[in-house]
Amino acid sequence: MREIEASYITEKVKGLCMEANYDLPKDVLLAFQKAKEVEESSLGVSILEQLQRNAEIARNERVPICQDTGFGVVFIELGEDVRISGGSLKEAIAEGIRQGYGEGYLRKSICHPFTRKNTGDNTPPIIHIDLVQGEKLKIIVAPKGGGSENMSRVTMLKPSDGIEGIIDFIVNRVKESGGNPCPPIIVGVGIGGTFEYAALLAKKALLRYTGSSNADPELAGLEKDILNRINDLGIGPMGLGGRTTALAVHIEMYPCHIASLPLAVNINCHAGRHKEISL
Amino acid sequence: MVKPINISTPLSDQDVENLKIGDEVLINGVIYTGRDAAHKRLIDLINEGKELPFDISGQIIYFVGPTPPKPGQVIGSAGPTTSYRMDAYSPYLIAKGLKGMIGKGARSQEVVEAMKKYKCVYFAAIGGAGALLAKSIKKAEVIAYEDLGPEAVRRLEVESFPAIVAQDVYGNNLYVEGMKKYAR
Repeated sequence: MREIEASYITEKVKGLCMEANYDLPKDVLLAFQKAKEVEESSLGVSILEQLQRNAEIARNERVPICQDTGFGVVFIELGEDVRISGGSLKEAIAEGIRQGYGEGYLRKSICHPFTRKNTGDNTPPIIHIDLVQGEKLKIIVAPKGGGSENMSRVTMLKPSDGIEGIIDFIVNRVKESGGNPCPPIIVGVGIGGTFEYAALLAKKALLRYTGSSNADPELAGLEKDILNRINDLGIGPMGLGGRTTALAVHIEMYPCHIASLPLAVNINCHAGRHKEISL
Repeated sequence: MVKPINISTPLSDQDVENLKIGDEVLINGVIYTGRDAAHKRLIDLINEGKELPFDISGQIIYFVGPTPPKPGQVIGSAGPTTSYRMDAYSPYLIAKGLKGMIGKGARSQEVVEAMKKYKCVYFAAIGGAGALLAKSIKKAEVIAYEDLGPEAVRRLEVESFPAIVAQDVYGNNLYVEGMKKYAR
């Protein structure tokens, strides 16, 4: 049995909150560069260039890429042979969010659903815990902005809708979202499972290296087809017209009930922020 | 690339009539911030027949909730938030003399009608470019609703704040026209 101090976890989560918000991952920067090469709209190219400059300023000056520093979404892979000492795992994570958003000058964006009163410290976080074999603890912090989250949907298709139904729903979702979610977007798709599991799969799909393909050739092909259909919509950077509406489509799949075909589309803005650490 | 148009607040009817979709502008002068919760309070004041906390005539409202400034900064990161959430409120403010709005994403037909009737223009700023856009903000001061934190109303002084005319006073919409041009 390995022991990990709760205060150590807090320290790491705090650091990840700041890094995720200041330092846009390389894969996203690479996707901006690729997008610039195919973008036909001069305004679109200019927007992509400004996004590159923005990321550079944020990284160099250690300021947030975007003012929406997001909901603190945290994925944990907890080894079965790990014991947390000196506190609880969930409280350690929440404290890390509290300190990271406070000391990192990040925006506090969490409020009561009815009164809209801000909780003041960006807690509570959303925590997803997976138990895995071994004695490691992996922490992924993925701050999620509200604008693109608002454009996301879960639907329960009929099995007869098939792959065509899945494609149509995803492409229509992106079309209806237009410029709202800050295109060029990253589209996370969850197919199968149950109502809530499809949504979780879609969120996990956003954690993948931007533009990587699913290991299953059929899903990899589907990702490519859907990306082409989305980019043929013409929405473009910021929705003002152009060839690059999405940087990537990532699909994750799981078996489903004989009666169901759950589908979730989780849209991420161009700021594909996530940082991880293995302890 | 066409040279951006410099505009200064407060804006006149003629200033906004001169702007067409696709125009790139650099905004100078005083602008005000407001997003979801502040808009609700402003509209409540109008419905109660009370004065607004600032003179809205000829002004621009920027839909933004900035991050807290680090020591030495005027303001934290400050990019636009999605505008459709303000659609229910904007027509009341436009009727009171608001001449410009800065946000991201298309506006509703009700907002478009008010923009045409009272002469008001809608600018898109680059969403997610909060660190870059903050460079154009030279002064920031909370003037109302401090309790709302990031949603408080701020008076900003901006220099060469870059934006694009997305919907003009003639009912033209760059979100529709731009998409048409590049769709396959």
